[in-house]
Amino acid sequence: MSTTMRINGEAFQSSSAPNARLLDVLRNECDLKGTKEGCGEGECGACAVLVNGKLVNSCLVPLGQMERAEITTVEGLPEDTALARAFVQCGATQCGICTPGMMLAATALLAEHANPTLEEIRWGLSGNLCRCTGYGRIYAAIAQAAGGFADV
Amino acid sequence: MSDWIRPRHLPEALEILATAPGPHRVISGGTDLMVECHLAPERRAESWLDISGLRELQGLQITEEGIRIGAATSLEAIRRHTEVVAHWPMLAASAAVTGAPPIQNRATLGGNVCNASPAADNAPALLAYGARLEIVHHHGSRWLPYGDFHLGYRKTALQPGELLSALWIPYPPKHSRGYFRKVGTRAAQAIAKVSIAALIEVNSDGIIQSAHFGMASVAATPCALPSVSQYLLGRALCDIADMQVRQKVKQDIAPIQDIRSTTAYRLEIASRLVLEAIHRRSESKKEN
Amino acid sequence: MSLTLVKQRTDQQTASPRRVDGVAKIRGTALYVDDLPCADVLHGATVRTTAAGGTLQEVVFDPAIDWSEFVVVTARDIPGMNAVKLLENDQVVLVDRAFRHAGEAVVLLAHADPEKLGMALKGVSLVELPNTAPIFDIDAALAAQQEIIPGNIYTDYLLDRGDVAEGEHLADVVIEERFLTPSQEQLYIEPQGMLAHLQKDGSILVEGSMQCPYYVLDALVQCMGMDKDHLRVVQSTTGGAFGGKEDYPSVIACHAALLALKAGGRSVKLVYERGEDLRVTPKRHPSRTLISLGANKAGELQFIDMDFAIDGGAYRTLSPVVLSRGVIHAPGPYKCPHIRVRGRAVATNHPPFGAFRGFGAPQSIFAMEVAMDRLARKLAMDPAELRRINLLRTGDVNPTGDVVGADCFAHATLDVALEHTHYYQRLAEYRAWNAAGHQTRKGIGLATFAHGAGFTGNGELHLASRVSLQALANGHVEILCSNTEMGQGAATTLVQIAADALGLPMDRVHLAQADTSRVPNSGPTVASRTCMVVGELIQKAAGQLLQRLRETAELAAPHDAQSFAAACARLCAVAGDTLVTAQYQPPADMRWDEQAFLGRAYASYAWAAYIAEVEVDVLTLETRVLDFTAVQEIGDAVHPVIVQGQIEGGVAQGIGYALYEDVLWNERGVMANDRLTNYIIPTSADLGFMHVVLLEGGLGAGPKGAKGVGELPMDGPAPAIVNAIQQALDIDICQIPVKPEMLLELTMSRGN
Repeated sequence: MSTTMRINGEAFQSSSAPNARLLDVLRNECDLKGTKEGCGEGECGACAVLVNGKLVNSCLVPLGQMERAEITTVEGLPEDTALARAFVQCGATQCGICTPGMMLAATALLAEHANPTLEEIRWGLSGNLCRCTGYGRIYAAIAQAAGGFADV
Repeated sequence: MSDWIRPRHLPEALEILATAPGPHRVISGGTDLMVECHLAPERRAESWLDISGLRELQGLQITEEGIRIGAATSLEAIRRHTEVVAHWPMLAASAAVTGAPPIQNRATLGGNVCNASPAADNAPALLAYGARLEIVHHHGSRWLPYGDFHLGYRKTALQPGELLSALWIPYPPKHSRGYFRKVGTRAAQAIAKVSIAALIEVNSDGIIQSAHFGMASVAATPCALPSVSQYLLGRALCDIADMQVRQKVKQDIAPIQDIRSTTAYRLEIASRLVLEAIHRRSESKKEN
Repeated sequence: MSLTLVKQRTDQQTASPRRVDGVAKIRGTALYVDDLPCADVLHGATVRTTAAGGTLQEVVFDPAIDWSEFVVVTARDIPGMNAVKLLENDQVVLVDRAFRHAGEAVVLLAHADPEKLGMALKGVSLVELPNTAPIFDIDAALAAQQEIIPGNIYTDYLLDRGDVAEGEHLADVVIEERFLTPSQEQLYIEPQGMLAHLQKDGSILVEGSMQCPYYVLDALVQCMGMDKDHLRVVQSTTGGAFGGKEDYPSVIACHAALLALKAGGRSVKLVYERGEDLRVTPKRHPSRTLISLGANKAGELQFIDMDFAIDGGAYRTLSPVVLSRGVIHAPGPYKCPHIRVRGRAVATNHPPFGAFRGFGAPQSIFAMEVAMDRLARKLAMDPAELRRINLLRTGDVNPTGDVVGADCFAHATLDVALEHTHYYQRLAEYRAWNAAGHQTRKGIGLATFAHGAGFTGNGELHLASRVSLQALANGHVEILCSNTEMGQGAATTLVQIAADALGLPMDRVHLAQADTSRVPNSGPTVASRTCMVVGELIQKAAGQLLQRLRETAELAAPHDAQSFAAACARLCAVAGDTLVTAQYQPPADMRWDEQAFLGRAYASYAWAAYIAEVEVDVLTLETRVLDFTAVQEIGDAVHPVIVQGQIEGGVAQGIGYALYEDVLWNERGVMANDRLTNYIIPTSADLGFMHVVLLEGGLGAGPKGAKGVGELPMDGPAPAIVNAIQQALDIDICQIPVKPEMLLELTMSRGN
């Protein structure tokens, strides 16, 4: 059995079992190590990727549901964006382990709310745990990328 | 030997459930089942029926009586649907506090209901709104009031070969208002310690015409509050004795102590939330 | 004594350059241990004890499994000493017979297939004779007949100044309280792990997630019975640590190395799954404090009497050091003539507790700061006023008998905090709000504290840290030290300090990967010492390098990057020595008696006043933090954005400690809520913005007067929040976390 998807714009055929976790397919079959395992139970968001544009925890996604899916991992994000620059400048990354998931959560958020309020930012990130920053610099980075907060 | 079957049409799925040597575990969004597999890896060896591709189970349709929500509709689609927000705001609210965005993008209403956790986030609203379940099997279908679905701890009324295909929710009565509150361990990614949805209908004289409740995490299953509903029926808002309400609540729930909260907290807060729902209805009646 | 507000510095544009590791992290290209490419790797797993201490009688291997397929390691396979190298050799690497807690490692397995490995793990069963009366509580340990170690006491310290009995005579008002703080899990988002390789020449390389490569190296030397030349430890990008990766990595490294040795050539990866990490790795020491404070009518403290005890778990590990810091910080930044702090670290059958940001200080400061608010109430005095009356000033004698010098900003930080939060205005507003019968109650609470940076007293002397700078022919310079980046920004700040001292742009200076085969031992990355102590050494080394280039390679003064590069090229061309090494020298006035807790305990104290504003829902007793202000004096902010990030991150952990995080224990003394679903840390939905006000007094022991900041933000939030909640609800709280369940009980018993 094989599953064909597009990962970061490129076709990929996986021969893993349908009940394999998308996280493991990305890390082990595709050798894309940017997506991380922090808990294995969909609580921390370190494994977050975009599937058909939507933010999901790849540790909870079975490969068998990924036929013809469009998947974006952190490696698939454009390198030099306002968001990327802001994350580095504003101190939004410290140890970096939550950062790939956060970048994808921020990308998904900004795709829906180009100029988000602080409340929208906080809710948009609520499935991504960060233990280092206390989130403040991450809010600031997203606001900077969006050209400022809509309400602050 | 693990099997993964992904039928393209509902009849195909039902045939498999009825005839193929199983049992097959039904999976849609996977946000509960994949966690189970992580904690008990031997579950991965089971056979799976993946219903996430069945169009018949997706989507929301407005009807004359209310709304039909396909069982495999994501919580994200439900929380942002204009009609749901407008007419069933308690369901939009409970969908919005289930987990967090990455969970809501995958989790389905049917999955939340069939997983049958006593803490199921969307159960209270479905109970309060009086949802009906559309259950299908190889040879036909049947209806079941949602209130009759949960038989015991993680035990539902689904028979072998049956699949939950949709949830039907009637329009709330004209002079009813809803109150929903989830008390969790934190503001997101939280399992409910106590949750309530209340729908209270009052006439122009301030007499309660109907009062429906749904609560989570206060019993072995999500539960309605029949004694409370009965007590309130036909009673004037100004004629409600808090102590009576508390007594009725105690009759209808059986909270436990667990890793998240205590019996005493659940009992007390459940009573307070019910009273709050009534008082708020009272306040909004005054505003009318 | 001047104090600068960091926000008003004129170098805002250049003060916080981009993190050197930032780009790799946002692109997902930074390699953590689980990302390291490794062909043909074997995965490792650990079989652990189930009883809370006892005797191992037999290890039974399921005969249905073909064990020849697996690498199997037991205590008998340990070539060196079966002891984890720490302060004492009481903790075994692998259980042989006696064990003291549930979850101790007994058997190690490795296999290429993780699924087969998982099944094999279940195929090993242990026959144990369990301990009949395990101990899981501090006072139970002190009273117990059963002894894990003599008296169940690892360490017994006494800080004794003046005469408490005399102080009791002089006090008009006395309060007596008992406070409890729980264990707390560091919850680094990257679980612990190591990757071990047996090289062709018989040497062993271990790489992985860690704070202290030389601690790991020393542990391997002892356990493997090999010398340093045949062992090499390299730190991979580490996804958070907070102290949780200070000592336990040594255990995992030994396990991985033992497996690699037995595997005879294939590398072994031992990465913990989250549940295992939660159950077995060391956490914050739980504490129990009995405290009595006395003041005269004017509010001047007359005595502080504390019985401070921490639960060390089943082995000594770092407990004596945690206790020491807890004892020193216990009396707070106050002047008081009569102080007695008795500190004990006790043995229980929990897995050993270990380092977590703050390291004993958050526990004792919690007790002192909440006690101060109790005292204020009994004196009918505003809590801020009570602090004002007692906070140290230059010239006062501090609790360790040292005269406070110019570097004292206790009053200044309090003043700034009160002004910034409009404290008195808020106080009045909240009082009015609370009387008006709203659905919530509000409160504003504060904590004033000082945190000592660096190792206590003579610690740095014993470490004898060394740092090297290596000049390259192209004019770039490498920093060689064993201090590690784990998110706190060390890689950036150390490069900044070196670049500044060398007069070079930052992109010409690089921090070498922490690899024990290349870098000298500059001490562990703990105790908030990196910027202050190691940064200072880097400055010293930079001076040495410049001097050598001037003396032997015609480097002119002033120089720029080009002339510096030319000088380096010249030095290399004549095969000159391009390496300089600076060694730690203690300051002349560091006199510390560690038995009597007398003298200068730390090179610098950083002063702080934190203010929390909370709102409690009257219906559900849920508390949310409305606002949080951290006023922090830090000497000099080398990188203001990084410093701000440290404060914000530490405050977030402190808010977790106060309101959400609780390690619950099962009947075998192991963490029961061993899943992220059930161990609750704040999400972004729980935390808004905080206000961080950084002040620079310029008098710290580090570069340009910097002080260590990594841990101090952990000390203030819990007491400030508890003090605020107490005010909001008019109740007394004696432990954290303050959960709605506790508040319900407290308010209902009061007849609300």
